[in-house]
Amino acid sequence: MTLTSLAFYLFASVSVASAFMVIAARNPVYSVLFLILTFFNSAGLFILMGAEFLALILVVVYVGAVAVLFLFVVMMLDIDFAELSEGFLQYLPIGATVGLILLLELLLVFGASSRLADSNPLPRATPEGMTNAEALGRVLYTDHIYYFQAAGAILLVAMIGAIVLTLVKSNNPRRQNIAEQNARTKEDGVALVDVKPGQGL
Amino acid sequence: MQDLLSNYYPILIFMALAAVITLALMVVPLFAAPHNPDSEKNAPYECGFEAFDDARMKFDVKFYLVAILFIIFDLEVAFLFPWAVAFGEVGLFGFWSMMFFLGVLTIGFAYEWRKGALDWD
Repeated sequence: MTLTSLAFYLFASVSVASAFMVIAARNPVYSVLFLILTFFNSAGLFILMGAEFLALILVVVYVGAVAVLFLFVVMMLDIDFAELSEGFLQYLPIGATVGLILLLELLLVFGASSRLADSNPLPRATPEGMTNAEALGRVLYTDHIYYFQAAGAILLVAMIGAIVLTLVKSNNPRRQNIAEQNARTKEDGVALVDVKPGQGL
Repeated sequence: MQDLLSNYYPILIFMALAAVITLALMVVPLFAAPHNPDSEKNAPYECGFEAFDDARMKFDVKFYLVAILFIIFDLEVAFLFPWAVAFGEVGLFGFWSMMFFLGVLTIGFAYEWRKGALDWD
């Protein structure tokens, strides 16, 4: 039990610190790397809560794909980031106010739920006797089929949108034609020329 | 619950080991390595002449297209995992539900292929 709470405090403090560094780092590439560290620590927190599927998806999708996309976006925009983030921390009071309001709301929710928990215990993250992924799989594809198919449609729209927006048509695509390469004979490719001395080709 | 966490205990040990080794490799050079910088040593090296411009350069937008297509198929695979685990329970309806989902994404894949988004130039 003490190891669990030790791991919780480690993951929580590192994720809060690296989340702060995401907005405070001067170099935007460092910001993205701190964001990846935040994702990893949040995945550790999810595992401590018993939501292992969510934790692994966080690592696979967010760290593996979204963070790479962020890096590309950072590299693609030709902005002087040092100049842009000049005086960025002067917006800290506004951000702190918003964060304080969110914290108050969370405290209210926590207070309400802890009072409710006495009479009506909250559902657990992991159902008894099965893994996260199995519990999700039992309901996602049958009971919640509309949301599932809507997710498929959204992915299709995202794919088509990305292609329409960013595909730059090349007028001379250099594709490899293997049949044409194999059909080439020695007579097509090699020509013997009898060059007279002093004349050249 | 405690059962589940004990499965992840080796990973915690691996992470602790990785942290210790990384910290050791970062801290030891501070004391052991010779450290004597000057402005010429700290300047970016570009084949002997002064650096022309910023080291940051714009990426081609093609990289972005590749990354976003990768995310979409990554998410598709994320949906496949719980389906595969609960394959015995979801029955024929769950099977065809997933087949329809994959079919929708195959339409997108065919579109992408026909448009030449998979060709580099």
